Amino acid sequence: MNEIIVVIGGGIAGMEAVGTLLSLGHTPILIEAGPKLGGHVASWHKLFPDLSSAGELVSRLQEYMKGANIFLGTRVISLNRLADGYSLKLSNGMVINASAILLTTGFQLFDASRKEEYGYGVYDHVITNSDLEAWLAGRADARVPKNPEHIGFVHCVGSRDIKACNSQCSKVCCATAIKQAIEIKEKFPYARVYCFYMDLRLFGKKYEDFYVNAQRDYGIQFIRGRVSEVGETRDGALQIKAEDTLSGKPLKLRLDLLVLMSGIVRNDSIRELSLMAGLETDSDGFLRSVDNEYSVVESNRPGIFFAGACTGPKTVPETIAEARSAALSAHRYLQRTTIIR
Amino acid sequence: MTDFGFTLSCSSTLDLGKVDNDKFEELCRLEPGAGVCIGCGSCSAVCPSARLSGMSVRKVLLAVRRGRNVREMLQCCMLCGKCTIVCPRGINTRNLILSICKLYDD
Repeated sequence: MNEIIVVIGGGIAGMEAVGTLLSLGHTPILIEAGPKLGGHVASWHKLFPDLSSAGELVSRLQEYMKGANIFLGTRVISLNRLADGYSLKLSNGMVINASAILLTTGFQLFDASRKEEYGYGVYDHVITNSDLEAWLAGRADARVPKNPEHIGFVHCVGSRDIKACNSQCSKVCCATAIKQAIEIKEKFPYARVYCFYMDLRLFGKKYEDFYVNAQRDYGIQFIRGRVSEVGETRDGALQIKAEDTLSGKPLKLRLDLLVLMSGIVRNDSIRELSLMAGLETDSDGFLRSVDNEYSVVESNRPGIFFAGACTGPKTVPETIAEARSAALSAHRYLQRTTIIR
Repeated sequence: MTDFGFTLSCSSTLDLGKVDNDKFEELCRLEPGAGVCIGCGSCSAVCPSARLSGMSVRKVLLAVRRGRNVREMLQCCMLCGKCTIVCPRGINTRNLILSICKLYDD
């Protein structure tokens, strides 16, 4: 097998796909725009629901894909359709003729400053889920106070929100909020931690146990009500307003730290690439699969496959499973076309 | 004394940070299930007393969380145990109710 499969995007989906393609006897080429592999997961601390290390997952994948051709800091400049494949021109000057392409371009986080009522980037102690994750992983952050007494989490920031142009659920933030609430409670055992939610969507394996754990063993308070606005007090703390919908009363709360659970939105940096390849966009803004039930990893173009969050929000195990599935689909596609030729 | 003009009524806003958590924390020690209520309301839906008295275990538990005195709210409970049977989170509501009574009677 000497046909080339190009994998675009070096997050966990791309890494897993490359590893699987190697084990199937292919010689995939991985192209990553950033300076390192691992994507979003590389800057995370722990994964739910088992609280295993995100860094360890990335190193495991790195081990799995040993021997692959990797181009870091490289982008696809142009993509042309050929009779039996695709010709890609890279930013490092290389031209690759690929028989199949696997897109693992992932997602980007909703820009929390667009929800102006929450004051991200305006008030001193408002951070996002990714800021907190980086802080938990060891990065210093002056916005996290030394000894916070009251810490709040706002679910669904830029998800299930027509005004924010993202009406879909981001799927992973509920479980992430619970994970981060537990982790921050462990760091500050005397703090009171509140989660403001619209619905709690804890669909996955053991997520419900995780939720009970947060309620019973960590005393995290779940308040059903969307935070309507955030203000800053004279002494630099935060004052938030919401409705305690279960008791039907307006609620206010002074917080020392507010964490916004930014949702998952489509990766805007692949717009050009998808136009060049002639790929379609689904109504939710993500790349459109052939269908959303059976052929999620297949695109409308022959020989182009998807894996991971480029087609919508996904958890880590879903992304890994899809990467394997897409690698296998690409493998079968090449076998089929080789036989025809 | 004049009885005309405007008066200010107290704000009904709940200041969550100032809520006294002691009673609720004590309740969690007596009945660990107190913390895992998801407010589904099945306890109140099956309660034979609810229709006549407005009794609601869900509301009582929420009121304890919000630092209010709830002793009066439980007066019409007959301890029939139907709420224990239906609770999806397996909360021992009988023990919960008796614990609340103990807490507020002291």
